[in-house]
Amino acid sequence: MSTLDEELQAEAEESGAAAARSPASLTAFRRGLSGVTIPILTAILAFIGGGLIVLATGHNPLTTYSSIFDGTGLNWLFPWVSGSERATAAGNLQQTLIQATPLLMVGLAVAFAFRAGMFNIGGQGQYTLGGIAAVWVGSSFRGMEPVLHVLFAIVAAAAAGGAWAGIAGVLKAVTGANEVITTIMLNWVAIWFGVYCFQLGGPLHSSAHDMTTTPVSNTVVNGAKLPVFWGSAALQGLDVGIFIAIGFAFVFAILIKRTRLGYEARAVGFNPDAAETAGMSAGRTWIRVMLICGAFAGIAASLDILGWKFDLFTNDVQTSQIGAYGIAVALLGRNTASGTTVAALLFGALLTGTSNRNINLSIDPTLVQYLTFMIEGLIVLLVSTDVITLRLIKGGRQLGLAVRRRPAAAAAPGPDQGGEK
Amino acid sequence: MSVRASATLPSPAVSRRQIAIAGIILGAIAWVITIPPIHVRSLVPSIILAVIAVCAGAWSAAGGERKLGIEAIVLAVLAVAGAEASAHSALGTLESVFTWSALVAATLRYMTPLLFAALGGVISESSGVTNIGLEGMMLMGAFWGIYGADLLHSWVWGVIVAMISGAVLAAVHAFFSIHLRADQIVSGFGIIFLALGITGYFLEYHYGPNGTPLNISMIPNVKLPLIQHVGFFGIAIGDANLMTWIGLALVPALTFFLFHTRGGLRLRSVGEKPRAADTLGLPVLRIRYAAVIASGVLAALGGAYLSVGFVGSFSNDMTNGRGFIALAAMIFGKWKPWGALWATLLFGFGSAMADRVSSVNPTLGTLFEALPYVVTLIAVAGLVGRSRPPAADGIPYVRE
Repeated sequence: MSTLDEELQAEAEESGAAAARSPASLTAFRRGLSGVTIPILTAILAFIGGGLIVLATGHNPLTTYSSIFDGTGLNWLFPWVSGSERATAAGNLQQTLIQATPLLMVGLAVAFAFRAGMFNIGGQGQYTLGGIAAVWVGSSFRGMEPVLHVLFAIVAAAAAGGAWAGIAGVLKAVTGANEVITTIMLNWVAIWFGVYCFQLGGPLHSSAHDMTTTPVSNTVVNGAKLPVFWGSAALQGLDVGIFIAIGFAFVFAILIKRTRLGYEARAVGFNPDAAETAGMSAGRTWIRVMLICGAFAGIAASLDILGWKFDLFTNDVQTSQIGAYGIAVALLGRNTASGTTVAALLFGALLTGTSNRNINLSIDPTLVQYLTFMIEGLIVLLVSTDVITLRLIKGGRQLGLAVRRRPAAAAAPGPDQGGEK
Repeated sequence: MSVRASATLPSPAVSRRQIAIAGIILGAIAWVITIPPIHVRSLVPSIILAVIAVCAGAWSAAGGERKLGIEAIVLAVLAVAGAEASAHSALGTLESVFTWSALVAATLRYMTPLLFAALGGVISESSGVTNIGLEGMMLMGAFWGIYGADLLHSWVWGVIVAMISGAVLAAVHAFFSIHLRADQIVSGFGIIFLALGITGYFLEYHYGPNGTPLNISMIPNVKLPLIQHVGFFGIAIGDANLMTWIGLALVPALTFFLFHTRGGLRLRSVGEKPRAADTLGLPVLRIRYAAVIASGVLAALGGAYLSVGFVGSFSNDMTNGRGFIALAAMIFGKWKPWGALWATLLFGFGSAMADRVSSVNPTLGTLFEALPYVVTLIAVAGLVGRSRPPAADGIPYVRE
C-alpha cells in the first residue's frame, strides 16, 4: 500500500465523516458510535456484575453503590446538596480529581503504546522511576526558583520514566523481545530499585524520620510543590496537577493526529511490515513511542509527588497498583485522549468512593475496596472481547490492540506469529 | 541442505560451541572458588580464569557462536565482580550466606509455587492459549485452599477446593479467549484483577479484620527416613514439603505426557498447527479448554502450597507477582517442563540468596531480589538463545 493511500485512509478514519461513502469512513463512523456506547455498556455490565456479588453476600447493592457515589464527591455537582454535606462533598471531589490525575497520565502512557501496536504493561515501573526522580529533585536543590524547581522535577521524572520505557523499546527494536514480558520484568526491577533507594541505608533514605516508621524519602521542599487551587493545602486540597494532566491529554491527541511521529506510530501499529515498505523504520518508531509513553508515566508520578504526596515510602513503591489501573483506563477509554480522560475520572471516582474514610457504615468499607478490583477485572475482561467484536465489525485492525501482528484466523505458521514473549 | 554440507559442517561449529561453553564454565568457576567451601582469599586465580573465559568467549563469538560467546564474556565479568565482593567480605559473613544445605532447602521452598504455575503455563501455551492470568489463578488457589482446609478441617480438602477454584477461574479465561476470541493478554489481566477482588472480598467477608484462623490443617513435610539426619542432605532435602516432591515428580510426568503420548501430541498440534489438527478431526477448542483448565489447576496448586503448605494463612495479594515470575520461567525454559524446572530453580535460588544476603546486608539483599527479573530480561533479549513459543500461541482459532 502506498503512503498516499494510507494517508488518505488515516485521514478518513480520523475525520469520521459519516456522509462519505467509502468503506473506510463507514467503519470510522461505526467506531465513533461504538466508541461511546460500548465503553458505557461495558462499565454498566461490570457494575451489575459487582452488584451481584454484593447481593450474594447479603448486602444491598443499591445502597452500596449510592454510598460509593456519595464518597466520590460527585454529589457536589447537585445544587440541592448544601451545608456541611456540601463541604464534605467538595473534599471528596477534590480527592477524586487528585486520584484521576495520575490515572489519566498512566492511561495515556498505555494508550499511546497501543496506538503503535504495543502493549505497555510497564506503566508501574515507569511511574516508579519517575517518582524516584521527582522526589529526589523535589527534595534536593533547596532554594531553587520555585517555578524552575517544579519544571526541573517534572522533566527529571519524564526523563527517568522515558529512559525506563526506552529499554523495552530498544530491546523490541533490536532483538525483537516482546514488550509484554520486558515491561513486566522492568516493573519488578523498578519496584525493588525503589525499595532499595528509600530503605534503611539506601541512597535516598531520609535520616530525618523516626527509625520506627516505614522507611521514607526526604520530603519535597515547599518551593517544589504544586500550588493548591481548590480547598486547603493542609487538608490535601486539589492541586493544579489535574490541569497539567488534561493538558497532556491534548498533547496526546495532537501527537497522534497532527505529527509525523503520531502518523508513523499509527502506521506501524496498523501494519509494521507495510510501514517499513513505505520507508518508515518500525524499530525507531517503537523506541520513540516507548520513550514518550515512559515520559507520560513518569510525569504522572511527578504530579503525585509534587502535588500531594511530597515523599515516597518503601511500601508506597511496593503496593502501588497504578500501572494496572492505567491499563484498565486506557482500554476502557479505547486509547483515545478523550476516552482515557473520562475513564480516568471514572476510576478516580471509584477509587475515592471506595476508600475507607468516605464510606458510611452501612457496609464494611474493606469489602467495598475489593469491589473496585472486581469491577476493574470485569471491565478489562469485557473490553478484551469487545476489542474483538470491533475487529470483526471492521474486519480490520484500526484499534491499537488488534495490531499485534496476529491474523484473525490462526494457522499462519512461522516463528514470529505469536510474538516473542 | 545437501548431504555433503551436513557432513562437513558440524566439526568446526561444534568446537567453537564447546569452547564457548567451556568459557562459561570457567567463568562460573572463577566465582565459585571464592565462596565456601573453597573460599580462595585472593583475586588472582579468579582473574586468570575470567580472562581465559573472556578469550574463549571472544574467540567463539568471532567464529559465529555469538550468543554463547557473549554470554561467556558477560558471565566472566560478573564472576570477577562476585569474586571481588567475596574477597572483601569476612569469612564468617561468607559462611553464613553460603550455608549450602540451608540454601538448597530455601531454593526448593521458593521454587515450588513457581514450578506449579510455570508447568501450568507450559500446558496452556502448548495448546495455543497465552495465560498471563497465572497470577490470578495462584491467588485463587491460595485463598480457597485456606478456606477449604479451614472449613473441612483437612489440608486434603483445602488442596481440592483450591484446584476447583483455579479451574473455575481458568474456565473463565478459556471462555473469553477461546470462545469469544478475546485478546488473551488483556483477558489474562482481567482475570488477575478479578482474582484480586474476589479473594480480597471473601477474605474480608468470611474472616473479617482478624484474618484467617491460626490452626489451619497444613500440607505436611515429607521426612525422608534414611537421610533425614544425614548432615547436608538431611537439611537440604530431608524435610521438604509434600508439594515440592509432587511438583518435581510432575516435571518428568508432564514431559512424558507432552512428548510421548497421543494426548500430548494432540495438545501440541493444536498449539502449533490448529488448522491441520482440525482437518485431522481433533476437537481444537475442546483440547484448548482442557489445557487452560489444567493450567488453572496447576497454578492453583502453586498458590495452595504458598498458603496451606508454607505460611498457614492467607493475606491479600499474597502471591505478590509470583505468577509473573512463573510466566518468565516458562519463557526462560523455552515452553518445556524441564526448562521450566531449571528456570524456577534459578529463580528460587535467587530469592534464597536474597534472603541470605538480606540477613547480612539488607540493602544488598534488596538488589538481589531484582536479580531474577534482570536475568529474565537478558534471557528474553536473546543473549541466552532465542526461545520460540508454540506457533499458534495467543491466536484464537476460527473454523472456516
